[in-house]
Amino acid sequence: MMTNVLIGLTWILGVLSFFSLYRAIIGPTSTDRVIAINVLSTKVTTLIILVAIIYEQYSFIDVAIVYAMIGFTMTVGVSKYIENRKLY
Amino acid sequence: MQTMINIISIVLFVVGIFFFVVGTVGLLRLPDAITRVHATTKADTLGLGLIVVGLVLMIGFNVTSLKLIFVLVFVWITNPTAAHVITKAKVNQEKRKEEKQ
Repeated sequence: MMTNVLIGLTWILGVLSFFSLYRAIIGPTSTDRVIAINVLSTKVTTLIILVAIIYEQYSFIDVAIVYAMIGFTMTVGVSKYIENRKLY
Repeated sequence: MQTMINIISIVLFVVGIFFFVVGTVGLLRLPDAITRVHATTKADTLGLGLIVVGLVLMIGFNVTSLKLIFVLVFVWITNPTAAHVITKAKVNQEKRKEEKQ
């Protein structure tokens, strides 16, 4: 029964990820795209955790940790580029 | 006892997915970049927190739930920091555009 609840959560999160991707595609400025990718990274982290619990492959949670770190690093890097127009 | 824990977990999941939906509606509907970052950051951080707390209650306390709590603490630190950096970049970019004109 709990597995069915987790599968439902995964479906809803997948649909919401596509809506975030829509904002990332049509976003008028580059800041909107950075915000949308940041939100998408949080959603995909949750999705990876849910998939790890559903399949009982608990080593996938390490993938979620690495994905959260990559998303944070990408956000800070692109924001610094938007602010300064250079990366060093 | 297990049924009670499962019911609490399902309530936490439903509230967490509600916050995710609210964050996505804010991302799609609000007019400006700064209002969008205002809407999404808090809602998404709270949604991930509630879903992970529900999972920790569901699977019990062992090494896996310790890793889940690590993910939770990491996201709770980095997500507001990322929002702050994005907003600061946006404000400084607009200020520089005004100076150039």
